[in-house]
Amino acid sequence: MHLGAVDWGVIGLYLVFVLGIGIVSARRARSGNDFFLAGRAIPAWVCGLAFISANLGAQEVIGMGASGAKYGISTAHFYWIGAIPAMVFIGVFMMPFYYGSRARSAPEYLRMRFDEKTRGLNAIAFAVMTIMSSGISMYALAKLIQTLHVLDAPFARLNLPQAWIFHAAILASAAVVLVYIYAGGLRGAIYNEVLQFFLIVAGFAPLVWLGLRQVGGWEGLQTTLGPSYTHAWAGMAHATTNRLGVDWFGLSMGLGFVLSFGYWCTDFLVVQRAMAANSMSAARRTPLIAAGVKMFIPFIVILPGLIAIALTSAPDASGHAPAPVAAGHIAQHEPGVIPIKIDSATGKPMLDARGQPQLDYDLATPNLLLRYFPTGMLGLGLTALLASFMSGMAGNVTAFNTVFTYDIYQAYIRPDASDRHYLQVGRLTTLFGVLASIGAAYTASQFNNIMDLMQLVLAFVNAPVFATFLLGMFWKRTTGHGAFTGLAGGIGVAALHHGLTLPADNLAGVKGGWIAVMHTYPSEMAQNFWTAIWAWSACFVVTILVSLATRPKPEAELAGLVYSLTPKIAPEKGAWWMNPVLLGVIMLIATVGLNLLFR
Amino acid sequence: MVFDVRLPIGLLFLAIGLLVAATGLTGDKTAMEAHSAGVNIDLVWGAIMAGFGAIMLLLAGLARRKGDEPPP
Repeated sequence: MHLGAVDWGVIGLYLVFVLGIGIVSARRARSGNDFFLAGRAIPAWVCGLAFISANLGAQEVIGMGASGAKYGISTAHFYWIGAIPAMVFIGVFMMPFYYGSRARSAPEYLRMRFDEKTRGLNAIAFAVMTIMSSGISMYALAKLIQTLHVLDAPFARLNLPQAWIFHAAILASAAVVLVYIYAGGLRGAIYNEVLQFFLIVAGFAPLVWLGLRQVGGWEGLQTTLGPSYTHAWAGMAHATTNRLGVDWFGLSMGLGFVLSFGYWCTDFLVVQRAMAANSMSAARRTPLIAAGVKMFIPFIVILPGLIAIALTSAPDASGHAPAPVAAGHIAQHEPGVIPIKIDSATGKPMLDARGQPQLDYDLATPNLLLRYFPTGMLGLGLTALLASFMSGMAGNVTAFNTVFTYDIYQAYIRPDASDRHYLQVGRLTTLFGVLASIGAAYTASQFNNIMDLMQLVLAFVNAPVFATFLLGMFWKRTTGHGAFTGLAGGIGVAALHHGLTLPADNLAGVKGGWIAVMHTYPSEMAQNFWTAIWAWSACFVVTILVSLATRPKPEAELAGLVYSLTPKIAPEKGAWWMNPVLLGVIMLIATVGLNLLFR
Repeated sequence: MVFDVRLPIGLLFLAIGLLVAATGLTGDKTAMEAHSAGVNIDLVWGAIMAGFGAIMLLLAGLARRKGDEPPP
């Protein structure tokens, strides 16, 4: 790939503004409250966009494009089933307790509601998780920069070895994020996330426009790819008749309920954005405003994948060559957009179980970008990728520094220091978090399976936790012992389920079945959803049983933390769009509409 | 005065938009259109981005003149 001066100019402008926002925000980061919670002074629309942006990391942008190419528009279930309902739920029902309790983090809510050990378990698991995720995404970005040959020419000109490109990409991107969070804290991160959100849209929307032009619009995609790619609900009655390999129950329970609510309603990375809002009303509207935008994100991240597969030679399974792509103004380039996956060890194409060469789906979106963007737009497209990476990483780092400082350092290492001291610790933790992420990125690059392993750990930890929060907020009888045993039991059951089942066409090991293979799932996704369902159910049942056998906290201590013991919030006065319940209903209706449109 | 994030967004979009649109205006149009499905995407999208940036700046300016904080 050749980048012109204009492309570097666009990237440079972006970096100047991102660092500038960090430095401007630094002037207002004088206390712990400023640094970790942005002074709780951010307007709802800014928090809402930051909420989305922190989840629109490079891995999501690349991964959703890859899934779009592999599974088709069904990938949108990760948004329409797997995000919107949970985002409405947290805004309408849970935010009053997060924001109203004045807890500074999600684990701190658990300490107020339950006890120290439940907080500790959640805080430590969460801290490890955030470092892993930001390491994984850093690795993915560096790998991508290497694969796209972005830095090859400048490195050659400077006589630097090409092997350093990977290191340079990791260090440079980490350094930028470090500077703006170190200086500006959560405020710097949130303002940048809003800027990054607009850049991501600006970078990918024109790609979809050009791509759709080329393939003959949505109708063109439908003719080229067929119904299994362009209908989200086609064949969902049974796991073997759709591209995802899951049935409607596994999809709605596993993804729509357990995984989705577990992530959107309890993960501090997202909750923190709403906690920074300037009022209870703004905090409740944050996830709802985010939901309103989120439901349209599939069109900029998943569609590029569908377009790429339509422009690539053969979508598999149909057995015959696809109908010719409806002509745009130019003939189709050869070879196809999505290349064949090459085994880096042998240099030969990787084959699937049927002996067909596998496609490297991760390159669907990036290659589409290279194909259609001329110099100028290319710089913008790369900036969008960089922006998505940085917003995702910053989300992890800000959540990590808060949880580490308040829930680990203040809780177990130095409980009674001054606010100034914790602010210092927060800044140092930011540095430490970034360094640890770099470490995780290099670990991921060292071992083939480490990425799978990391994803697995995330799944184990995330799956049961929603049961803990749900029972804690809505059943006053839940006890600390119950919550802790339930959480530990849920993680254990997740591991056990994973150890006893295996997705089809896989060998026992990191993909499952490491104890014994008792059941085979049609796809990894099905196994993943069912692991979550089992883990959540175990946590739910164990928490209830142990709670009934142990002594609950006195009700007076639970006011503001539990639904039945908290005064109801008076209905919002003011414009209709200030009312969280009404907003929530609108978002749900719109989501149902999208599902019907793409059924 | 609360920091208004529309200001940097507006400035950045205006700057990038003008830069990219200028590339579209001065570059080899035939080659560019052949590359991008028949659209001079630099010119078109650069102009759209610059327009968006200008609107953001306008909104931030209006809010500042009214002395308000940005809308909730």
